[in-house]
Amino acid sequence: MLTSSSFVRSLALAAFAALSACATQPPETAARGEIFDPYERTNRSIHRFNLGVDRVLFRPAAKGYVSVIPEPMVTSFNHFAENISLPGQAVDYLLQGKPREMGYALARFVINSTVGFAGLADPASDFRVPPVDTDFGETLHVWGFGEGAYVELPLYGPSTTRDAIGVVVNLFTNPIDFAPTRPVDNLGLYTEIVRRMSDRGRYSDTVDSILYESADSYAQARLIYLQNRRFELAGDDEAAYLELYTDPYAETGSDPTTDPYIDPYEDPYAE
Amino acid sequence: MPSNAMNRRVFVTSALAGMSLAAAPLPALALTEAAAMQLVNSVVADINRVIDSGKSENAMLKDFEQIFVRYGDVPIMARYALGADARSASPAQMRQFTNAFQHYISRKYGRRFREFIGGQVTVKSARKIKAGYEVRSTVKLRGEAPFEVTFLVSDKSGKDKFYNMFIEGVNMLLTERTEIGAMLDARKGNLNQLIQDLNRTG
Repeated sequence: MLTSSSFVRSLALAAFAALSACATQPPETAARGEIFDPYERTNRSIHRFNLGVDRVLFRPAAKGYVSVIPEPMVTSFNHFAENISLPGQAVDYLLQGKPREMGYALARFVINSTVGFAGLADPASDFRVPPVDTDFGETLHVWGFGEGAYVELPLYGPSTTRDAIGVVVNLFTNPIDFAPTRPVDNLGLYTEIVRRMSDRGRYSDTVDSILYESADSYAQARLIYLQNRRFELAGDDEAAYLELYTDPYAETGSDPTTDPYIDPYEDPYAE
Repeated sequence: MPSNAMNRRVFVTSALAGMSLAAAPLPALALTEAAAMQLVNSVVADINRVIDSGKSENAMLKDFEQIFVRYGDVPIMARYALGADARSASPAQMRQFTNAFQHYISRKYGRRFREFIGGQVTVKSARKIKAGYEVRSTVKLRGEAPFEVTFLVSDKSGKDKFYNMFIEGVNMLLTERTEIGAMLDARKGNLNQLIQDLNRTG
């Protein structure tokens, strides 16, 4: 049997092997921020599968969840889910070489776990500890790995080859999962599902409009995910922001021949 | 840095002062950072006033369409959303498409505003960009971390108008160009059919 640390090590090795073996986007289109989707056929069939799961399982469960559970409790569970993820985020900040953010993550965890009723409340925000949000996909980004190809993961949804590796690695990098007194195994996974249910339930009309009212829900989900992810990774870094402005969330449309390059900050009056 | 915290209570009181705003033309000022921020604040104020009005959903959606036309540069947004097909469209088709686009957008986004009731919009900063001004704001909803909404404003239409919006980095105009493109594909490129269907958006 693998010990946890050797397991993580072999996982990381597998992840790097996968990263380097993946289809790679030509650097010039990557620099323009175009969508790289070489697995579109597979992705689209996974998208159909995910839509089916959402329709019969996730959507009704999420709508039930937010209608049965009072809103303050849903918010509390979200705080709890976020709090559980903080030690793992602290690890990622450490790997990214960001000690200050790591400190914020740990401070939030300590405050919310104690005065915050085991993480059900969020007094750290009242104490103005800055919010944190990171993952191993971001760590890979900081280490210089490109976004890779767009992929839609079964059950999970939109991602990229880089972020998909991050998702898998993060399943094993939260120190809480190795604590001798942990309440249950894979706590972070369950709390993440609960948090996603609350999002799906609270914004059900908006999500429905994207998934079920759009002429091409796959293309919409892909575009929204990639733009939002690139925005997140640019973060508060003013230099990265400026970079985004000269070539921000630039995308190609669905038809690259008529729409080779779109600069979202471009001047539509010039067209 | 100037900041302008907006909440619904403030709007109710300020609404009294601006009952006839929808009819009044915007002052023909050259666009400055302050004016760009003021424009965004006015959009937010008007939208909140409609939400607070307690009208029926249909009446509200009509009001949202007026707000969109008043503050948004609809023709340039419609042209951009149609993409390459705008070049082959006749002027009459372009006019019809612009109207249909305006109807479709105000209904699609107007329906979403309900989920943002009680939200607080804070305009944070404005700065010059190539095509005009970028105005950054944060939106705080109950029990959620604040998220960033950015408006792009320009006076190239002759008036101060917004022409694009980013929600947490998601480009609204580009998202709509993708959507309109998919709709057009589904209708085998038939623009007249698309115009008809957009006009029927519920």
